[in-house]
Amino acid sequence: MFGTVLIANRGEIACRIARTCRALGVRTVAVYSEADADAAHVHACDEAWPVGPAPARESYLNTERILEVARRSGAEAIHPGYGFLSENAEFAEACAGAGIRFIGPPASAIRAMGSKSAAKTIMAEAGVPLVPGYHGDDQSPEHLESVAAEIGYPVLIKASAGGGGKGMRRVDDPAEFREALDGARREARGSFGDDTVLLEKYLLQPRHVEVQVFADGHGNAVHLFERDCSVQRRHQKVIEEAPAPGLSDAHRQSMGEKAVAAARAIGYEGAGTVEFIMDAEGAFFFMEMNTRLQVEHPVTEMITGEDLVAWQLRVAHGEPLPRSQEAISHTGHAFEARIYAEDPDRDFLPAIGTIARLRTPAEDAHVRIDTGIREGDTISVHYDPMIAKLVVWDNDRPAALRRLCRALDDWTVAGTVTNTEFLGRVAAHPAFAAGGVDTGFIETYRDDLFPVPEAPSDRLLAVAALFELLGVDQAAAERARQSGDPWSPWHSTDGWQPNSDNHHVLHFLDGERDLTVVAHYRRDCFLLDLPGGTMQANGTLHADGSLRVVLDGVHLDARALQTGERLRVGVSGEERELVVHDPLSAGMAEELREGSLTAPMPGTVLSVLVSEGDHVEEGAALMVLEAMKMEHTIRAFTAGRVEHVNFRQGDQVSEGAELLAIGAEE
Amino acid sequence: MTVLKTRIDPRSEEFRANREAMGSLVADLRERVATAKEGGGPAAQKRHTDRGKLLPRDRIRVLLDVGSPFLELSQLAATGMYDDEVPSAGIITGIGRVSGRECMIVANDATVKGGTYYPETVKKHLRAQEIAAENHLPCIYLVDSGGANLPNQDKVFPDRDHFGRIFYNQANLSAQGIPQVAVVMGSCTAGGAYVPAMSDESIIVKEQGTIFLGGPPLVKAATGEVVTAEELGGADVHSRVSGVTDHYALNDAHALGIVRQSVDHLNGGKQVDLDVREPRPPLHDPDELHGAIPTDLRKPFDVREVIARVVDGSEFEEFKQLYGTTLVCGFARIFGYPVGIIANNGVLFSESALKGAHFVELCSQRGIPLVFLQNITGFMVGSKYEAGGIAKDGAKLVTAVASTSVPKFTVIIGGSFGAGNYGMCGRAYSPRFLWMWPNARISVMGGDQAANVMAQVRRDGFERKGESWSAEDEEAFKQPIREQYEHQGHPYYATARLWDDGVIDPADTRMVLGLGLSTSFNAPARPTRFGVFRM
Repeated sequence: MFGTVLIANRGEIACRIARTCRALGVRTVAVYSEADADAAHVHACDEAWPVGPAPARESYLNTERILEVARRSGAEAIHPGYGFLSENAEFAEACAGAGIRFIGPPASAIRAMGSKSAAKTIMAEAGVPLVPGYHGDDQSPEHLESVAAEIGYPVLIKASAGGGGKGMRRVDDPAEFREALDGARREARGSFGDDTVLLEKYLLQPRHVEVQVFADGHGNAVHLFERDCSVQRRHQKVIEEAPAPGLSDAHRQSMGEKAVAAARAIGYEGAGTVEFIMDAEGAFFFMEMNTRLQVEHPVTEMITGEDLVAWQLRVAHGEPLPRSQEAISHTGHAFEARIYAEDPDRDFLPAIGTIARLRTPAEDAHVRIDTGIREGDTISVHYDPMIAKLVVWDNDRPAALRRLCRALDDWTVAGTVTNTEFLGRVAAHPAFAAGGVDTGFIETYRDDLFPVPEAPSDRLLAVAALFELLGVDQAAAERARQSGDPWSPWHSTDGWQPNSDNHHVLHFLDGERDLTVVAHYRRDCFLLDLPGGTMQANGTLHADGSLRVVLDGVHLDARALQTGERLRVGVSGEERELVVHDPLSAGMAEELREGSLTAPMPGTVLSVLVSEGDHVEEGAALMVLEAMKMEHTIRAFTAGRVEHVNFRQGDQVSEGAELLAIGAEE
Repeated sequence: MTVLKTRIDPRSEEFRANREAMGSLVADLRERVATAKEGGGPAAQKRHTDRGKLLPRDRIRVLLDVGSPFLELSQLAATGMYDDEVPSAGIITGIGRVSGRECMIVANDATVKGGTYYPETVKKHLRAQEIAAENHLPCIYLVDSGGANLPNQDKVFPDRDHFGRIFYNQANLSAQGIPQVAVVMGSCTAGGAYVPAMSDESIIVKEQGTIFLGGPPLVKAATGEVVTAEELGGADVHSRVSGVTDHYALNDAHALGIVRQSVDHLNGGKQVDLDVREPRPPLHDPDELHGAIPTDLRKPFDVREVIARVVDGSEFEEFKQLYGTTLVCGFARIFGYPVGIIANNGVLFSESALKGAHFVELCSQRGIPLVFLQNITGFMVGSKYEAGGIAKDGAKLVTAVASTSVPKFTVIIGGSFGAGNYGMCGRAYSPRFLWMWPNARISVMGGDQAANVMAQVRRDGFERKGESWSAEDEEAFKQPIREQYEHQGHPYYATARLWDDGVIDPADTRMVLGLGLSTSFNAPARPTRFGVFRM
């Protein structure tokens, strides 16, 4: 086994790899960017070396620097994880050139699969079934458009060099083809430096089923069964599971064999994933092969009991595969849910923020959490906003699904918006429970999965109000201590005034909903006017944000956490994030907002589509931002004249920055 | 320290009867205050809020630190006057905390007669400025007023303490380093235009506030120019062109947010240079004040029962306990602040007056604030007492009370009659604050006494002429006099005319004194220089 391995990655996967290395007695070397100086993966490794500034291009993709660290730290091998350099053939070659083992397939295999059109040609020759499509060199829009018509809509445009949904567009209507093609090419160029695209027939009700394969340098190749990753949004996987529901053993074996054949066809070595698209009848077609460890590899580990990272290390070290095909078996069922800092209600807009509080279910034989984020860590604009992978296993699918639901329930993150509630709704959905959903699942059940949220309960609002009111008491007590008149009754906070009762009006926003709570000061409690009636409320606020409240005589534990104007409140199994609205400061913010267009999130200006003085119609595209690796188009909220444009192409913008201003036409 | 013992039995019939009587007085007070708080009534309030404006009391509530007290002054000003159509005299004044600092708030209520100034409105505004001057309180004017009430112009315009005095005060308060901040939230016409113009800092609300010396009708009449109020003196004109205002607010809440920021940047603040201890509540519940004393002024009670329900730990160190016993003097703490208490326990004799003067000297020497608990029928009369020099002994007390520089606070808890009012720091003796209990009465003498005196004079006349005067006739003569005194001596009559700073629930006595004491320390202590004591 290697003495020292450099892990050229960050976050949960770097921590995951380090864990196996430690188990095998391998020294680990982490690399980190300036933004990650105190990240979890830095502390998970024996050594950690800085490799550059926050942007990945200048750090985690900085091959020269990483190889230098490998040399200086005495690493014999580099594990690239997934993403970053994991499917970079040049890097694999550079490692070989530097006498360092790249833990992954040979560069030739990466290249062979890196170009999707070339990959399909190889697969066709190896007898792996393919989806009808066009993978040719004639990239003229006219030609592609006519080919698309031949294949028949819907058609999928994909970047040849792509992956992960970037540079991919589905086209239903021939009239939209050109615009979609331009968009796919722009993204492809930006992400991969190559705007070659391929076309494919878009299968209706398709499932995404992929097979884990492994090959060694001694001519052995095996598969470790399949994973069903059909629950996707925008081609990003949401929940994965193994084995795929409703697959017969014969079917499973057939897919496994085709996948092994695919691996053999390119002289594969190490861990790989052959992705198939499966139609409603069970017919499956080769989509692509990922020449790396997949994000969702833990579900395979859970059902096979194998450590795939250990396998990678052994194979890279030149050892034969630990097991023959016959010796590999699967037991039970596993799910993986990807917990992201993103807002499902705002089209999964990536979120950033500091994880003020993180409460996760306990890990045991059934629950596994792969994460690189700790309480207090920051989800930044620079990297993927994944917080953790929640993996559960049980003897059968229904039992495993119950565990998934329960674990998602137990998950609390404060400080940023997350998709956990959405994941909970997916996991609890009857169609998902039935198994075998297609990739259109989220779209099909949109109304169930994105319910118009009910108004928060009076109880939750009462806790929110109490948190604010008790917070006022604490702040006043603190102010009193620091003042030159510490015992003055002017510090009191019970709203005293002569000959009449007083009250305070609290405003909470729940999305579009404006919730007003009037708190009447009473001698020993507050009388709260809530949407459903009046409630007597009092309580104690502890330093950690937990509260013991007494609502109409009922004692309850509750929790609340405020970051800026965002207030996260939980009581009796209900959890909400409300916005605390202060009419006094709202005026100041409003003043700035009038007639301006602001960045919805931090990002980079990709293109500016208008100039100062232009007339624009309502809804016109004004600017395209790239943020969290996705494009966002800023559109005119009203018709008018562009008064000023505050940023140029390539500029970095922060959240809330005024991008441009539109004025009324004279 | 001596802890005061109580002889009151809360289970006694007497206590229950007292509590019921005082309870109904307090309930009536709260009801009247609630009515006054409706300002111009629901229709006028709706018109006001429909225009996007906050009601004046909501403005104050939003402006103040959340949950902090508001020591509202003279809530029932002008009550019973002008057919009760000018509740609170159309202006809300009081002390409240803004960004941690005690400020004087003066807010016009535009729902009451357009916020115009009646005589009592002027008096209330000037009293607020007087309190601000004495206690160094930044002034915040929430302006929404049509200016002087024209039908009453002769009572609000020409004299010294009329409308013009407001601006005179603004200039002189500013000169003393007392910040003047104005928010123009409605009209600010003619003389009213000087409130923002005379302020250190001013804020105007978009499409609500207007400032001009002459409004559009006057302009049209004078020069023929046709102009809208907004064009003539709106927020844009004054924030962008004229410079009359310094801040431009989008709405009321925004304007009040700007005030809070402005006050946060005032610099300065108070330092309390007294031996302050951690406060303890009285041993005896202040709520018992409802039952501890009779509402019938003719029934005597021990004022120590009141003190025991006001001061920290009910602890009271009495001074000259055995001498001049009709005046109770002693040291105590209220909310931890040291105070000297002077309280009546009967008619004033020479000894009581001498003891009181001595005690005022003591507190002045030591810089200890004085609290007067007033329940006084007057100084003792009769040849023995005149010969004993009660006039010069009473004068000593009056001299001491008038010339001391320590903060003084007066609460009229019973009768306030005759020269006793002077010796016990009545309104004319400039206590920092003066409050009245709802059972109290104030007049030059008691109604019975006045009726008797006047009947005696009349009877003497009859007798000189050798005529007789029947008991029935005498009673018929006395009754209207008693009624007049009862009417004019009533706390509502008094407070309507700003003879006090408000009628309070006896149970709130400790709180208002605590707030008042703390407020007074915003002004630096001044040395006392007494006048000549006639020996």
